[in-house]
Amino acid sequence: MNAATLASPMPRSAVRTDFGRLLGWAAVYFTLFVFVLFFLGPLFVMITTSLKSIEEIRLGTLIGIPRHPTIQPWIDAWSNACVGVDCTGLSPFFLNTIYLVVPATLIPTAIGALNGYALTQVNFRGQNIVYAIILFGCFTPYQAILIPLAQTLGKLGLAGTINGLILAHVVYGLPFTTMFFRNFFISVPSDLAKAARIDGAGFFQTFRYVMLPMSLPIMVVVIIWQFTSIWNDFLFGVAFTSGRNVPIMVALNNIVSSSTGERPYNIDMASAMLAALPTLLVYVFAGKYFVRGLMAGSVKG
Amino acid sequence: MTTNNPRATIREILTGWPSKSWLVLLPTLLVTLLVVYGYILWTVVVSLTSSRFFPKYDFVGIEQYAKLWKADRWQIAVDNLWIFASLFIGLSVVAGLVLAIFLDQKVRLENVIRSIYLYPMAISFIVTGIAWKWMLNPGLGIQKLVRDMGYVDFKFDWLINPKMAIYTIVLAAFWQSCGFVMAIFLAGLRGVDAELFKAARIDGAGLPRIYWSIVLPMLRPVFFSVIVILLYQALRSFDLIVSLTNGGPGFSSDLPTTFMYQYTFGRGQLAQGAASAVMITMTVIAIIVPYLYSEIRHERRNAR
Repeated sequence: MNAATLASPMPRSAVRTDFGRLLGWAAVYFTLFVFVLFFLGPLFVMITTSLKSIEEIRLGTLIGIPRHPTIQPWIDAWSNACVGVDCTGLSPFFLNTIYLVVPATLIPTAIGALNGYALTQVNFRGQNIVYAIILFGCFTPYQAILIPLAQTLGKLGLAGTINGLILAHVVYGLPFTTMFFRNFFISVPSDLAKAARIDGAGFFQTFRYVMLPMSLPIMVVVIIWQFTSIWNDFLFGVAFTSGRNVPIMVALNNIVSSSTGERPYNIDMASAMLAALPTLLVYVFAGKYFVRGLMAGSVKG
Repeated sequence: MTTNNPRATIREILTGWPSKSWLVLLPTLLVTLLVVYGYILWTVVVSLTSSRFFPKYDFVGIEQYAKLWKADRWQIAVDNLWIFASLFIGLSVVAGLVLAIFLDQKVRLENVIRSIYLYPMAISFIVTGIAWKWMLNPGLGIQKLVRDMGYVDFKFDWLINPKMAIYTIVLAAFWQSCGFVMAIFLAGLRGVDAELFKAARIDGAGLPRIYWSIVLPMLRPVFFSVIVILLYQALRSFDLIVSLTNGGPGFSSDLPTTFMYQYTFGRGQLAQGAASAVMITMTVIAIIVPYLYSEIRHERRNAR
């Protein structure tokens, strides 16, 4: 490089690109930031509103920080918010949902693991058809099964009960859990099962001692997926349970839409936060697994 | 037992791994056949009767469907579905894609930003509906906020305006799903070879041009999946409408799903509800079956 080129002024186009690049970066960060505000906004408003007194809500603004923060709305939401004349707060329904979510998560997960193993590690005729039949269950339009399921639960004497709701979540969870485990086990080389077999391990032993330990990550994904969908479910809850038996989201909707006198917006927001907390905590502490389930649950058939 | 015997004995067949696989799969298979396929058929049967509060198995042909398509409320629900689905999908795809491309520029705090975009997916639609209902409430929400800032004539009353209520559902649904769409696109972008960018750069192409004419065409399958997923999600949206507008004002923001629920469980019009459920199911099948077919074919091709 000689002195002449060094001394010559920077070409015009280079200046323009540098400026353009800077502008581009600014646009990128600005857009990303605006959307951060957009996504956090509702959460921020819910939390601040839930910490205000009703007077402060009426006099202040939507986005104002609580000047005299109080946790009273949270206490009310938990133990004495009313649905009609029934003022029990969310707590009994929270417990209902825990009673519901444990078996309705564990049973389909266990069966799904076995199904996934049987669908991939053993070759038998009709395998793909069996899988296709089960797979379509993931896309069941729930409107099309509400009436027969309500009839069936009635016949079984489970109408309006949490046990009926457990049954519903178990049977409609099976296609998903099977799909998750099948898609996991299909990438496990079949030599592994063959080797175990040659070593004298039986079908169930191979599952228990070779496959199950390996499937731990996907099991976490499935449990989280199943837990979140049941915790957040509204349709099954509202269709198959009633009164004191409803799960949390139905109870929340009842509390928020039961209109007697002036709306206690602070208690409404505290109730919504309480109901959202378990799945939010799962997201915060196991976000990786949650997202993996989300992607696998909808992207892949 | 002789291993030389070309014909396996019955006992061997029964204790073989394939039989055990069948044994494991049979309960799920039978349950699925019953509660998915059987129940859908059952609903079809109910839709051909005149059932009201209880199923009554008298065959009346397609009367319920004729009645359904003549009902104003159903027409509104169907129109709303297309408005909702097209806007919701359009907005989510555009914003999700732009955010994914921006996030893919090696920005700082990428993980934090991504987590913030995605957290609404962990929240239930009921909670989302409640949060937006509060913010959209004209008396104390955004309208009041802007008016208090001095814009006294500002009007943002979509929630109580029958012509606009459906757009509040678009807004809330977009808020919930946009980050998810971003995540799918981001995963797609991460799959694009970095060498490709370098090569295009050397050829003198600018970034916007590289994205527009090279990267986006490569993402075609991702677009396809995203649109199917969102369309399916729009079709089954129910909770969000219940908690945000409950189909109101009047029934101006009804969707087929809320229509179905109202007629079946609210009004005791079982057969009419079943007919609407069958319409929803047919739409879902028309979308999902070709999608699954192409996915499975794709998987087979990759397996080879």
